[in-house]
Amino acid sequence: FYLTPSQVNSILKANEYSFKVPEFDGKNVSSVLGFDSNQLPANAPIEDRRSAATCLQTRGMLLGVFDGHAGCACAQAVSERLFYYIAVSLLPHETLLEIENAVESGRALLPILQWHKHPNDYFSKEASKLYFNSLRTYWQELIDLNSGETTDVREALINAFKRLDNDISLEAQVGDPNSFLNYLVLRVAFSGATACVAHVDGIDLHIANTGDSRAMLGVQEEDGSWSAVNLSYDHNAQNEREVERVKMEHPKSEEKSLVKQDRLLGLLMPFRAFGDVKFKWSIELQKRVVESGPDQLNDNEYTKFIPPNYYTPPYLTAEPEVIHHRLRPQDKFLVLATDGLWETMHRQDVARIVGEYLTGVHHQQPIAVGGYKVTLGQMHGLLTERRARISSVFEDQNAATHLIRHAVGNNEFGTVDHERLSKMLSLPEELARMYRDDITIIVVQFNSRVIGAYQNEE
Amino acid sequence: AARMFLRLLSDIQWRAAHPRWRRMTGSQRSTSTTAEPHPVSLPAQAQVVICGGGIMGTSVAYHLSKMGLKDIVLLEQGRLAAGTTRFCAGIVSTARPVSVELKMAHYSNKLYQQLQQETGVQTGYMKTGSISLAQTQDRLISLKRIASSLNVMGIPCEIISPKEVLKLHPLINIHDLVGAMYVPEDALVSSANVSLALATAASRNGVQIHERTCVSHVTIQKGRVTGVETDRGRIQCDYFVNCAGQWAYELGHSGEEPVHIPLHACEHFYLLTHPLKDPLSSSLPTIVDPDGRIYIRNWQGGILSGGFEKNPKPLFTEGRNQLEIQNLQEDWDHFGPLLGALLRRMPGLEALQIMQLVNCPESFTPDMRCIMGESPTARGYFVLAGMNSGGISYGGGAGKYLAEWIVNGYPSENVWPLDLKRFGTLQSSRTFLRHRVMEVMPLMCDLKVPRWDFQTGRQLRTSPLYDRLDAQGARWMEKHGFERVKYFVPPGSDLLDLDHSKTFYKPDWFDIVGSEVKCCKEAVSVIDMSSFTKFEISSTGDQALESLQYLCSNDLDVPVGHVVHTGMLNEKGGYENDCSIARLSKRSFFMISPTDQQVHCWTWLKNRLPDDSNLVLEDVTWKYTALNLIGPRAVDVLSELSYAPMTAEHFPSLFCKEMSVGYANGIRVMSITHTGEPGFVLYIPIEYALHVYNEVMNMGQKYGIRNAGYYALRSLRIEKFFAFWGQDLDAFTTPMECGREFQVKLDKGLEFLGQEALWEQKQNGVYKRFTMFILEDHDTDLDLWPWWGEPIFRNGRYVGKTTSSAYSYTLERHVCLGFVHHFDEKTGEELVVTTDFINQGEYEIDIAGQRFQAKAKLYPFSSLFTQRRRKDEVELSGYQRE
Repeated sequence: FYLTPSQVNSILKANEYSFKVPEFDGKNVSSVLGFDSNQLPANAPIEDRRSAATCLQTRGMLLGVFDGHAGCACAQAVSERLFYYIAVSLLPHETLLEIENAVESGRALLPILQWHKHPNDYFSKEASKLYFNSLRTYWQELIDLNSGETTDVREALINAFKRLDNDISLEAQVGDPNSFLNYLVLRVAFSGATACVAHVDGIDLHIANTGDSRAMLGVQEEDGSWSAVNLSYDHNAQNEREVERVKMEHPKSEEKSLVKQDRLLGLLMPFRAFGDVKFKWSIELQKRVVESGPDQLNDNEYTKFIPPNYYTPPYLTAEPEVIHHRLRPQDKFLVLATDGLWETMHRQDVARIVGEYLTGVHHQQPIAVGGYKVTLGQMHGLLTERRARISSVFEDQNAATHLIRHAVGNNEFGTVDHERLSKMLSLPEELARMYRDDITIIVVQFNSRVIGAYQNEE
Repeated sequence: AARMFLRLLSDIQWRAAHPRWRRMTGSQRSTSTTAEPHPVSLPAQAQVVICGGGIMGTSVAYHLSKMGLKDIVLLEQGRLAAGTTRFCAGIVSTARPVSVELKMAHYSNKLYQQLQQETGVQTGYMKTGSISLAQTQDRLISLKRIASSLNVMGIPCEIISPKEVLKLHPLINIHDLVGAMYVPEDALVSSANVSLALATAASRNGVQIHERTCVSHVTIQKGRVTGVETDRGRIQCDYFVNCAGQWAYELGHSGEEPVHIPLHACEHFYLLTHPLKDPLSSSLPTIVDPDGRIYIRNWQGGILSGGFEKNPKPLFTEGRNQLEIQNLQEDWDHFGPLLGALLRRMPGLEALQIMQLVNCPESFTPDMRCIMGESPTARGYFVLAGMNSGGISYGGGAGKYLAEWIVNGYPSENVWPLDLKRFGTLQSSRTFLRHRVMEVMPLMCDLKVPRWDFQTGRQLRTSPLYDRLDAQGARWMEKHGFERVKYFVPPGSDLLDLDHSKTFYKPDWFDIVGSEVKCCKEAVSVIDMSSFTKFEISSTGDQALESLQYLCSNDLDVPVGHVVHTGMLNEKGGYENDCSIARLSKRSFFMISPTDQQVHCWTWLKNRLPDDSNLVLEDVTWKYTALNLIGPRAVDVLSELSYAPMTAEHFPSLFCKEMSVGYANGIRVMSITHTGEPGFVLYIPIEYALHVYNEVMNMGQKYGIRNAGYYALRSLRIEKFFAFWGQDLDAFTTPMECGREFQVKLDKGLEFLGQEALWEQKQNGVYKRFTMFILEDHDTDLDLWPWWGEPIFRNGRYVGKTTSSAYSYTLERHVCLGFVHHFDEKTGEELVVTTDFINQGEYEIDIAGQRFQAKAKLYPFSSLFTQRRRKDEVELSGYQRE
């Protein structure tokens, strides 16, 4: 039994989303042309999340992928809340005052973000009040702290990440009188999520990464070929610096137990994450919260389980590593993706597939017969093969979908094998997770013309 | 490689055959403009200057010089036959669906055949025949239709079985074929050499040919050509002929007063191979496989195969200045599907070695027909271009017609389908052309079923009611850029999508149109007919009346408020226009003409009206929305809306009055419907259009009003034997030949255009007669439907062709209209057609090779007319148009 190509397509395309930066007067003056995003679930429900928004009170665009573990609650909360924290961190003092005054006097708020959401990307209505109050406390503190300095994007990103994680932790400790919300904030805190967020403003690209999702820049070389530049470091056991950091933060006596089987305390793959209070709180705090928490939490073996060799918490942080990159005309696109993609594909292949997709088939080297002896049959065979390679490109209107098609369906020759693709997609829910992980991808396309103009101005 | 190929393909032998045609140093192909001395300086003046030394320019020069014109100059910016002509595949094919194109190709074939003997230049003429293959039954039907028209022209042609195909061409895979059409006299030529042969003959007849002479622009004064400016000086001339091929558009726009020539180039690919092991015979027929989108001819022992892909590549949209076409880049990926089709058709060629993939630009036009004729804005400025890849087939005939046009004032055939004036400026947008030619090029191979429409370049001109009608289920067709309703799909009814509704049989809208017709007959329908061309002619004195009396065959000196149906005839009495004219006041007239007359009629009038500032001609087409209220209850709707009595006593037929409808004032109401049914046409100033439409629809509810479209209109007018201009009537048809003598006032006491010719016909009789045919043994559900162009047989002998047809829902029969000739049985000479000749014959109509019995009638069924009619519109009161 195989899925038909159209069934395969409807699965692959179910979550695809595209956004084009609106043109003004026939011209797009933004350094971003737009983005394509998509996700393919392996878990049921999917634990990955994605977000994209335009900052309305400052310039720039925010895009992020979030990979949840131990449930999707934390990834969901981070996907809803993190961009507000970043946007607020970036706001100048006057704007913060204006917003606070508006809230105080019950006037309409200035919109902070314009979201670019797929219909399936939901926001929790129930928690919005709670989330808003936490956010408001944050900007009130920012107002009080008024340093008078212009906001540095790097700092803003780091502060926003840390603050949100802190709020998640606090909300879980304080609890909520509403039992639904109470359970929600606990689920958020006890589950975890990595985050890889891009902030693009003109030619300034900042990547803030926490965990093992990854940001990669697609660069077109002068000869037209494609290469990949990493704009984030994975926070996992394969990253020696990261292992070093963890070891530095804990007594030497724990050195052996800190990282086991490439996992933090032998349990956790990412070395940085939101939530996951089991790796952050003291044992006492964990026990207190779980015991006073609702029954569902108490009955959950996972939440009650204290990691082994748990002596000097916190073992985990949400603090991101921030990389700044000044965009050049040859930087054509940015790929943000959860580890589900990077497990199956090398970044060099990702760069090539997206690059060829975005520039279209025309950049495939044309065939010239020249003086060679070629028969009609040989030429026909060659052309048929080239068309097959291209046809997979034509099926997709979305670069992220195209990447997923390759990630799931690629055979050993690097071309999409329909049979394989069909098999992978028809796996029953309980088996899917064994063959593949959730995949979430955002492909941001840059506007080389505008970027070139920026460069010339300098 | 391109250079070598050129030598191989055309084997051009440059001959300095004539002292006046001296060439630059022969072997150099450098296009650099080094100051080479031109051996012969340009003349200061000439009668005709032709720009373009391709097949078209040389053919025009050849024919003009043959017709005795001496003072002709041909200018070529590069070298002769160096443009598209050089790369032409050289297939002379007569299988053309449009009758005039077929005649041109037939003539070309005969011309090329004797050209080598006439000129001594080797043309490579080889009569190979051609085979058009059908992979589907529908394709076979379309081939059979063409075969029918070839046969009655006397061109040998037969429908053959796949097995017979194999006998004629052993390499063909016939497993997927249902049949084919064999035209044994089709030929192959070297197109560049044909062009050179024509140039040689022209040169001998006195035509001066100058290569490397670039026309920068044409000078026009007071609407007339006065000369050409070239990079080598100025030539004064009376006539200029733009044969610049794909550069014709740019050349037309180079002057101060642009001449719009709507064509656009697309890349066209074909493949050349090395010879087969057993080289192919040069007499092997050419294969056309339209379902595979390819053609294949033998070439130097190997093959030449090209095609018309689904996804053409338009080029030079922004214009481009280059002298000769260099071979453009080969694009194998683009050619892939065509190569696949070739190998499917001739699997044995797998091992054949490729020589080259040739890519050359071809010009295409918005309606797939070539462009010829005089510019509507500049007299003496002629155009012949836009061959839609049929250049070599049309070249001879097209050049002949254009030469006749210049010398005699009009060609010897009706070339309206090809006339430049069928286009307006609106088809001249580069964006429009780019999009349209991308549709036109694939159409070369697509199956063309009755009533197909272009899909690109639409919604250009629309009525203000467009959105309202569209929301009510309107399906649209386009005429002269104007969107017109075909019919309305009732809510909930499920029509086939476009691809599946293509049929030669009963179409899926049959019942829909039937109910619209019924509503016209029994209640009242409204049709938006805003696309009609509307002119106003007024003057301070009697100039308007006097001019119209001279230009029209009917008497226009009627009381104010009367509407007159009249032809505007040429000297030979043929219809240049067929219109209704309302006398608005003593000194002003309102003229309504067919939609596609907008440019032609304007030019016809402009060129003939006296140059008098007190006589004003204005095009008011855009100012009025026209609503046609058809049906017995139209009178009730209108009288309720206007509080005015609309009965026959107060508002007789063929009457025009300004009145208010609803709140809107100044609506021109005319008691004509163009269908023979009772009713009115409302000419509404456009700002009132929506209001009046809403009022009419609201008021009409209780009378059962509904929207209707042009298909219903056509069925109504054809069953009443109404002819319309452009389809049934043309410049070669007189009122006497279509039973419209009552619209001609030979004795109106004034001279009018065409009068003499009509007098003569009245005395001597006519040589063709417009006749209505009722199909007798035709099963509407199961048989092929007639369209137009079907041969008519009388007592088994061919006598003419149909010009239009429709199903009559009242007669429950198909009605075909067409012309009957009387050819002498022995000599083929045309004889006078008498009423007896028409009435005493057994008729058959040939639809795709199948003959159906038909009853001929010279008068419509009086039972179809529900209304008592005014005396002067008895019988064929109508003129009709679509």
